[in-house]
Amino acid sequence: MENKVIFEKGKEGRRTRYLTKPEIPLKRADELLPKQFLRENLNLPSLGELDVVRHYTNLSRLNFSVDTNFYPLGSCTMKYNPKVNEALASMEEFTHVHPYQPSTDVQGALELIFNLEQILCEITGMNRFTFQASSGAAGELTGMLMIRKYHAIKKNKKTKVIVPDSAHGTNPATSSMCGYQTVIIESKENGLIDLDKLAKSCDSEVAAIMLTNPNTLGLFEENILKISEIAHKIDALLYYDGANFNPLLGITKPITMGFDAIHLNLHKTFSTPHGCGGPGAGAVGVSLAMSDFLPAPLVDKRGEDFYLNYKIKHSIGRVRSFYGNFNVLIRAYAYLTSLGADGLKRVAQNAVLNAAYIREKLKQYYEPCSILPSMHEVVFSCSRQKARGASALEIAKRLLDYGMHPPTMYFPLIVNEALMVEPTETESKETLDNFIEAMINIDKEISEEIEKVKNAPHTMPVKRVDEVYAARNLNLRWQSPGASF
Amino acid sequence: MSVLKFSKTHEWAQVENNLATIGITDYAQKSLGDIVFIELPALGSKVKQGLQFGTIESTKAASELFSPLSGVVSEINKELINNPQWVNEEPFVRGWMMKIKFENNNELNSLMDEAAYKEFVKKEAH
Repeated sequence: MENKVIFEKGKEGRRTRYLTKPEIPLKRADELLPKQFLRENLNLPSLGELDVVRHYTNLSRLNFSVDTNFYPLGSCTMKYNPKVNEALASMEEFTHVHPYQPSTDVQGALELIFNLEQILCEITGMNRFTFQASSGAAGELTGMLMIRKYHAIKKNKKTKVIVPDSAHGTNPATSSMCGYQTVIIESKENGLIDLDKLAKSCDSEVAAIMLTNPNTLGLFEENILKISEIAHKIDALLYYDGANFNPLLGITKPITMGFDAIHLNLHKTFSTPHGCGGPGAGAVGVSLAMSDFLPAPLVDKRGEDFYLNYKIKHSIGRVRSFYGNFNVLIRAYAYLTSLGADGLKRVAQNAVLNAAYIREKLKQYYEPCSILPSMHEVVFSCSRQKARGASALEIAKRLLDYGMHPPTMYFPLIVNEALMVEPTETESKETLDNFIEAMINIDKEISEEIEKVKNAPHTMPVKRVDEVYAARNLNLRWQSPGASF
Repeated sequence: MSVLKFSKTHEWAQVENNLATIGITDYAQKSLGDIVFIELPALGSKVKQGLQFGTIESTKAASELFSPLSGVVSEINKELINNPQWVNEEPFVRGWMMKIKFENNNELNSLMDEAAYKEFVKKEAH
């Protein structure tokens, strides 16, 4: 593969110029900006237009995405993003609004936020939502800051947050960010929370229990009501990490399960493109008792008019500029309204069915992590394969040769040689069968021609990279040999 | 006389008088895989038995390091920070992480000796 960066392709003085001089007078940058903000010698490369087009088009063709290949990356819900979302989010009526415009000018945008909140309240049973947080982790932090404020106002002495050992890594991180000590509860053999251990750890100083349901093993926490009872008895609140909400759409609601504060990853469950850091939207929903703590402003309605309400009694304050990633909200709204209540329920059912199908077909080759049924994702342990000489990493790399994105590896941490497969609802039976066949083939290759697996991938533009060397010798920035900045 | 003790979280402590050298076991380094990053406590800081004293990161995951004993950090293995592979290569020798001065001898009794730890690992592996 050619791997020159565009800076290395430049030639002094080379350029393409189709446009002649404009007729209107233009101001130069130094007439508009103070001198101390200007730089000279930017060291930008000079290239012809065709060279630039080829450079970036070829780079884009190296993308491995859900639009090109099966992408069963567990816990990330890399579902297909319907193109109607894009068409609607690109409408000038949305792209040309500015957050500093008076609210009378942007009634449509405010109405969309208002309606989206109503829909999410209906789906989850929560009382209100904020859309400021621009990722799931930021949503968690927002939710937990509200919980902290709830306890502060009640003058509760709370020092700890309980998190199961199968939790997303962001959960303990959020708890620490809020100044709490994280108490980790071990899971039982079957992958669910150990109620006895939980009850023992729940003293009066526990501020909250953070849970994902289905949990990260893809299992439904069937004792959720008992967990809720244990928490509420000591005035601890229950926080719902909605990363795995996909299989519950239209089936059950977080409020029914006893959750007080939740976040939904709009970019996962409600289909907006994500990965490589965004853009995301962590919509944070709260019960009636928690609504006074929401970040301001919220979109409210007075008569027929939508307005930004800054009067939130015990608001934790802003968690982000303006109203979050508005373009993600448009896509989520388009997705929700085009599917409707029945459509969303079918999303959940098909997501579970697809994962169950993969599990059933592969269970004699790869060991499922639990005897309990899987929900929208299935976690396998590749211990049997490891014993024959190939690790989960190598199996994942080999899948690339079959034209499929590897599943999540080595997570959750409590499963040895974990591969976490989340097919999502939009995949056809044929695609699932191809994946199943590839996995069975790889299992066979481990016995018959293991080198094929150990040296994979063979067909990718970049072959096996030395991840250990890369992590130990960080080199994150390309520098031109003559660059001065 | 020096004794080697082990914790349930797979750290070892080589104890001589009231000084303990601490690192992670061979079993721990094998489960973690290739170590790429280590974060150790500051000199003079206090560590507590069973609580976190640092962080260790492999290509698979970031994990917490738990101190097998309570005490004050008297020395850290500075060179290890630039050579995290030593934990994989020689977990009990060049892979040591910190030395602490400890006072509570009772804590020692809660740790396992080598035979007990070997038995513990055998069970853990299943």
